[in-house]
Amino acid sequence: MESYLPILVFCVIAAGFLVVSLLAARLLRHRGSGRTSREPYECGNEAESFAHDHRFSIRYYLIAVLFVIFDVETIFLFPWAVMFDKLALFGFIEMVVFLFILIVGYVYVWNRGALNWA
Amino acid sequence: MSFGIVATLGKLAAWLTVLLATAPIMLWVERRGSALIQDRRGPNRVGPLGLFQGLADAVKFLFKEDIVPAGADRPLYLLAPILALVPALTTFVVIPFGPVVEVGGRAVNLIVAGVDTGVLLLLALASLGVYSLVMAGYSSNNKYSLLGAVRASAQMISYELALTLSVVAVLIPVGSFRLDEVVAAQQGTWFGFVPQWNVAPQIVGFIVFLVAAFAETNRLPFDLPEAESELVAGYHTEYSSMKFALFFMGEYMSMATLSALAATLYFGGWHLPGIDYSGPWAWVALKGLTVLVAKIAVFMLFFVWVRWSFPRFRFDQLMRLGWKVLLPLAIFNLVAIAALTVAGVL
Repeated sequence: MESYLPILVFCVIAAGFLVVSLLAARLLRHRGSGRTSREPYECGNEAESFAHDHRFSIRYYLIAVLFVIFDVETIFLFPWAVMFDKLALFGFIEMVVFLFILIVGYVYVWNRGALNWA
Repeated sequence: MSFGIVATLGKLAAWLTVLLATAPIMLWVERRGSALIQDRRGPNRVGPLGLFQGLADAVKFLFKEDIVPAGADRPLYLLAPILALVPALTTFVVIPFGPVVEVGGRAVNLIVAGVDTGVLLLLALASLGVYSLVMAGYSSNNKYSLLGAVRASAQMISYELALTLSVVAVLIPVGSFRLDEVVAAQQGTWFGFVPQWNVAPQIVGFIVFLVAAFAETNRLPFDLPEAESELVAGYHTEYSSMKFALFFMGEYMSMATLSALAATLYFGGWHLPGIDYSGPWAWVALKGLTVLVAKIAVFMLFFVWVRWSFPRFRFDQLMRLGWKVLLPLAIFNLVAIAALTVAGVL
């Protein structure tokens, strides 16, 4: 685990740098704005509603679900790729079978129109 | 302090120096580059050729009023710009910038964290970037921000699949997650002068990677999350002063991350045939870092060139390209590379 320690150190240094620059800006910056400039920007007129009152397309949700499915499959490919020279032909055939099942699902999703946005 | 800690801090310092200089330099390159392409002058008042424009902008960011919109989720609003930058900076710990050198009789590998999970860790860190955009858009209480965040998340997760699959294909012939081994596998030459870079056998994967990299960094022609003609500035519409500056730096840092990954996976990383990597360690480290930064710079210039040359895609076109073109292409590339490796060609 010791070799992972520099990663944490880098994170802390980077975060520390950002916090220092934000604090510096806090000390130096110009203050004193009226109430209107704190309103969320919309078009210059007073906003009629809040952002969270609105809904957005269900398709974004669908894309997220599809991503989870395909991404888990992709993660499964990583250990296979690294062990490829040891698994050789056996590993290759196994993975072609695995990818074939994945592609069947992909073709199904495509035919159902889940990948069409319009 | 022990020798190992000093060596690690030295390598961290080398990367931080390069990375923190990137944002102001890229700001100048982007503005002068766009001016060149659009036949304008660009910034030319601060310093020779406007070179100190980045410093002037940094000072301006420090003194600007900081506005948090009413109804914003304050903790998330503050956390989002920090989260945009920290993971993108941290990815560089697994990027090698030189060979194993000898310092005072001890071997030092010129990679900050020589961990076995290498590229997997890099991809994990890089994909954290989407959280900052979602947080920024959600916490701002602004309609444009929210829409930008939703678009950004859909776009980034869609293209992440193709990106990851093209990276897997590079790892098959190498057989390791470690990027120093990926570099080591590319050090030979064909016919004595053509470098044996992965870009030649993996050309399909490289094209997929490159297109997906533009989508992952929200750069034109895929900058839908911050499309100014419809969403003002997308997820960072409400951000001002230093917090905005951090988002700005974050964009350049994620470009630098993917450029460094592309240079290391496909173009031999810190190694260039014809350069002698022997001699005093400081000299070797400097040569390795210079070659790598030069390769990163070529990619960054390409990002700028493309941004000012192409119009923006529509969102349905973007999704179609990601799911119906790049994903099948990446799977095809993966199977082809695996087959070639089994046949002993690679």
